Amino acid sequence: MAEINIQTVRKTFIGSKQPAVNDIDLTVANSEFMVLLGPSGCGKTTLLRMIAGLEYPDSGSILIGGRDVTDLPPRSRGIAMVFQSYAVFPHMTVYDNIAFGLRMHHASKSEISRKVERAADLLQLTPYLKRFSAQLSGGQRQRVAVARAIVMEPSVLLMDEPLSNLDALLRLNFRSELKKLVQEIKTTTIYVTHDQVEALSLGDRIAVMRDGEIVQCGTPMEIYSNPATEFIGGFIGNPPMNFLHGLLQRQNGRARVTVGDHVLEAPTTLAAHDGATVIVGIRAENIQAALQSVPDALAARAEVIEPVGSHMLITAVVGDQRVKVLTRADFPVETNGSLWLQPEWDKLRWFDPETHREIAAK
Amino acid sequence: MRDQVAAGERAIAAPARRARRARKGGTTTAPYLLLVPAALFLAIFFVWPMVQALLLSVRGEHGGFTTANFHRMTGDTYFWPAVRYTLLFIVVILPCQLALALAMALLLQADLKGKGFFLYIWAIPLAISDLASGIVWLAIFSPNGFLNSILHGLGLEENPFPFLTLEHPVSRFLCIVIAETWRATSLVMIILLAGIQVIPKDYAEAAEVFGATAWQRLRYVTLPLLRPSLQVALILRTLAAFQVFAIILALVGRTVPVLAEEAYNWSAVLTNNYIAAAYAVVILVVSIAVTIVYLRALRVRDEQQGL
Repeated sequence: MAEINIQTVRKTFIGSKQPAVNDIDLTVANSEFMVLLGPSGCGKTTLLRMIAGLEYPDSGSILIGGRDVTDLPPRSRGIAMVFQSYAVFPHMTVYDNIAFGLRMHHASKSEISRKVERAADLLQLTPYLKRFSAQLSGGQRQRVAVARAIVMEPSVLLMDEPLSNLDALLRLNFRSELKKLVQEIKTTTIYVTHDQVEALSLGDRIAVMRDGEIVQCGTPMEIYSNPATEFIGGFIGNPPMNFLHGLLQRQNGRARVTVGDHVLEAPTTLAAHDGATVIVGIRAENIQAALQSVPDALAARAEVIEPVGSHMLITAVVGDQRVKVLTRADFPVETNGSLWLQPEWDKLRWFDPETHREIAAK
Repeated sequence: MRDQVAAGERAIAAPARRARRARKGGTTTAPYLLLVPAALFLAIFFVWPMVQALLLSVRGEHGGFTTANFHRMTGDTYFWPAVRYTLLFIVVILPCQLALALAMALLLQADLKGKGFFLYIWAIPLAISDLASGIVWLAIFSPNGFLNSILHGLGLEENPFPFLTLEHPVSRFLCIVIAETWRATSLVMIILLAGIQVIPKDYAEAAEVFGATAWQRLRYVTLPLLRPSLQVALILRTLAAFQVFAIILALVGRTVPVLAEEAYNWSAVLTNNYIAAAYAVVILVVSIAVTIVYLRALRVRDEQQGL
């Protein structure tokens, strides 16, 4: 267990102009589960590999538990890692795989067998200890990879997209199991993924990365409801946040945004942007849909109706812009039928179309 | 009525069944047909001569079966020295080649600058014939060869040192070891390099994260995963070593006898194909025996595969 301090770490790969990791600062608290989330190529895996010691930063430093490990080899960092490909050694049994790290650190035989058995028990691998990797299913191999990591009782546990090679159902089951496991062992964990659902469900905090930088870092709910940029709003959540373009005008000291034929009330703090185009962000579940005309609601047409079981997902057309709306499953709307959409005013988010950043909070 | 319908169905189904059978038949004969040319080639140029050699080795000059050829072979002054030298070369050269080739392959696999250049340089011996390389090394080791010129030029030696003569059996032996190692290591290197390249990097990285030193990574991860390639390299090299001949002939002639050289000598110089065939049979039997030992000892169990 240890705190991780990443201080202005930068890494540029040879032959590349853009740094893969661009002066990142990040602190992960003791026992915290931090998720690095971002699209492929955003530098999240490079950052993880630098914490592991598999890559070395060009500049900046990495501290684990207050100790500068920037130039230390992986074996001296007190870390353990779960690889995306599992990397379970094919020529060793499950037992030998789990015992590998302890053996390399010259643990005694009795200590090895005690710890391996406990880790195998935690991950339900006890019946498979004598098997080889090729005799295991993908899910079991994944468990071996996790057992091999936690048996080390590392101060930091690193996971690189550990669930991405599992099929959907297995992924869902193992996700909750993993969360329970990590909560039990209370190890500081850094978890890399490009799957926003995984990030939201697992992380104590999420660091959203893009182009080698951390764009926003906060709790899953903060990031979901208050995305710092249009990119995050669009990247996180399914369906992604809706974005509507509108013209902001100042009227009697109040700010109003015209979207199509409709006028939305904006916070007075936005009044300074008189005459500017702004982007209004709103999540699909924060829009109330009605079949009859409601005052102050946006008139829309239901273009596509998709029942998703628990809900109904409606793609509505407002003027020339499209909006996704979630309603209850039995909402009696017909394709191409008329709709009135009422956003929850306190859930509206405002973004600058130039910088794509949030203009003002609430 | 129902019978008629059923008969009709059968009539409709019959062509389909025939088509299925034809397809099935097609898939079972085609592979065999494709194997025929290679099988014919091997039968004519390898199996038939081998059978002939076997027959020759147990035939007398006046017909009839006999073990006389083998008796004469083992009674020959050169036979046991040839066996001893052949085995000695294998025991000394093979480990050198393996160690060198492994080091070279690992170096090439590491991300070093100019590794492409080294690959080409190290692969050169692959393209040179045994005899040619024997002559090259003769030019180096002979009394007025390059090595002696260099030693003399450096002032390390007054008179040229006769590396390859009977009076210096150790230096003579070492010269052959060096020349043969140079000649045949690149093949081992290519095989091992190909093997190393298919091992995913993740295994070595996982080992590194879990505390293995460079040596431990090699010992516990890379070498075990390289076992299939090591097996191929060992078998190929050992079989070739039983046939080693031209390079030794070029360097020292028959003063260092080896099995293949004796077979050649009996056939070409003494024109006794019976004894030559007996030598060939000995080489064949020992080669098969060694191959079986390697296959057993280095067998990779199915469940341990899965790169």
